[in-house]
Amino acid sequence: MATADDLKFQEFDDAANLLAANPDATTISIDEPAEIPKNQHSHLQEPGREEDDELLGTDDSDKTELLAGQKKSAPFWTFEYYQTFFDVDTYQVLDRIKGSVFPVPGKNFVRLYIRSNPDLYGPFWICATLVFTIAVSGNLSNFFIHLGQPTYHYVPEFRKVSIAATTIYAYAWLVPLALWGFLMWRNTKVMNIVSYSFLEIVCVYGYSLFVYIPTAMLWIIPQKVVRWVLVVFSLCLSGSVLVMTFWPAVRDDNRRIAVATVATILLLHALLAVGCLAYFFDAPELDIPAPIIPAHNGTTVITKS
Amino acid sequence: FPGLADVSISQDIPVEGEITVPVGSHSPDEDYSTLDEPVKDTIMRDLKAVGKKFVHVMYPRKSSALLRDWDLWGPLVLCVSLALMLQGGSADSKDDGGPQFAEVFVIIWFGAVVITLNSKLLGGTISFFQSLCVLGYCVMPLTVAMLVCRLVLLAGAGTVSFVIRLIVVGAMFAWSTLASTAFLADSQPPNRKALVVYPIFLFYFVISWMILTFTPQ
Repeated sequence: MATADDLKFQEFDDAANLLAANPDATTISIDEPAEIPKNQHSHLQEPGREEDDELLGTDDSDKTELLAGQKKSAPFWTFEYYQTFFDVDTYQVLDRIKGSVFPVPGKNFVRLYIRSNPDLYGPFWICATLVFTIAVSGNLSNFFIHLGQPTYHYVPEFRKVSIAATTIYAYAWLVPLALWGFLMWRNTKVMNIVSYSFLEIVCVYGYSLFVYIPTAMLWIIPQKVVRWVLVVFSLCLSGSVLVMTFWPAVRDDNRRIAVATVATILLLHALLAVGCLAYFFDAPELDIPAPIIPAHNGTTVITKS
Repeated sequence: FPGLADVSISQDIPVEGEITVPVGSHSPDEDYSTLDEPVKDTIMRDLKAVGKKFVHVMYPRKSSALLRDWDLWGPLVLCVSLALMLQGGSADSKDDGGPQFAEVFVIIWFGAVVITLNSKLLGGTISFFQSLCVLGYCVMPLTVAMLVCRLVLLAGAGTVSFVIRLIVVGAMFAWSTLASTAFLADSQPPNRKALVVYPIFLFYFVISWMILTFTPQ
C-alpha cells in the first residue's frame, strides 16, 4: 500500500487505524527506517497483535532507544553511570505513578511510560514510603483497636519497621530478578517479541506498589470487611498493571507456562498484600476484653478470645 | 692539581652579595597559624561556628554561610542527644519498644546519606558534606521538640499532653522541613525540586514519628 501518503510522515494513529482495518497489509514507513523490521514482522501475525504494533510503533520510541544506547555508555564505576538511572523530571514520575494507579486496559505500562528510560527513583522511594506507611499505619491501627482496654500499654513497635523494610525491599528487588532470569531463560527457547531489561521490570514492580500506600493508610479502619475489600481492590489495580506488562512477554510461549508465570506473579503480589495486612495490623476482633476464669487449683487463667 | 694552574680568579672581582632569609613573624601568614594560640581560642572559634549555624537554622534565610563552612559537629551533637532522649523509654528488653540508640543513629545518618546521594544523582550541585551538614543541623527543631515532649510527659501522659506534644512536634517538623528545603532546594534543577524535597519530608516525618510515639516505660 505504498501510496503517496506513505512517503510523508504519518501520525501513528493513522497507521494503527490502517492496520486495524487491514491487518495483513505491509506497512512501510520510509522516514522511520528502524520501524521496517518490526512492521514486516507484525504483518505475519494475527490481528490480536495490533496493540503491540501500536505501542512499538510510537514515533519517539526509536529516538529514546537510540538515546538510551548513547546515554548509558559511562562505565559502571563512575557516578555518571548511576545518574542515568535518575534522569527523570517531576512530571515524569507523577505520570508514571498515575499510570500505575489508573491502568488503561490494553496499554502496556512499560511501553507507555517507561519507554527505555527506566528510573530507580520511583521504585526506591515508593518502597521507602510504603515501608514507613505500613509500619505507622499498623501502629496507629493497633492503638485505636486496643484503646479502651485498661491493660493495654502503647508501644511504638519499632522492630516492625526493619521487618517491613526487609520484606518490601526484598520483594521489590528479588522478585524482579527472578522474573527477569526466568524470562531470559524462556527467551532462549522461544523467540519473544517483547522482552524487558532488568531495570524495566524493577521499575514496573516499584510503581505498581504505589497503590498499596493509600491502601495501607485506609487499613487503619478497624473493619474486617473494609480491609478485605481494600485488599481486593488494590490487588486488582496493581495486579492488572503487572499482568498487562508481562502477558505480552510470555504470550508466545507454551500456553501453560505463560499462564503459570502470570499466575505466579499475581500470587506473589497477593501474598505480599495479605501478609502485610496479617502481620502489621491486628485483627479487629481482639477488641473483646479477656475474661478471667478461676481454675480449679486456685490460680486464675486468662483466656484470649 | 696541575690542571687548575691555568684557572685564575682575578683578584679584583669581589664575591659579595646579600643573603637574607625572612626569619618570619611579620608576613600575613602568621595570622592564620593557629598552632600557638591558646586552646580556649581554638575551641571557641569552632563553637562560634557551630553556634552561628544553629542561629541560621532558627531563622532560615538563603544564606550561603551554612553551606560554605560545613562541619559535622552540630549534627553529631544533635543526633547523639536525640538518640539519648529517645532511648530512655525502652530500658527493659521488651521487643516492641521504641527505637534503640543505634537505630536512631543509623536512621539519621543513613537517611541523610541516602537523601544526599539522591539529590546528587538527580543532578544537584551541592557537595556531599554540605548536604549532610544542612540535613543534620535542621534536626535541631526536632531535638527541641523532643526536649519539650519529655518535659510535658513528666507532667502527665493523658490526652491533653498528647495534644500538646502533637502540636509541638508538628510545628517543629514543618520548621525542619522548611529550613532544610530553603537551603537545599536552590541547588537543584528547577524541574526536579519536588523529587528532592519529598525524601527530606519523609526523613523528618520518620524522626517526628519516633519523637511523637515516645512513651516512657
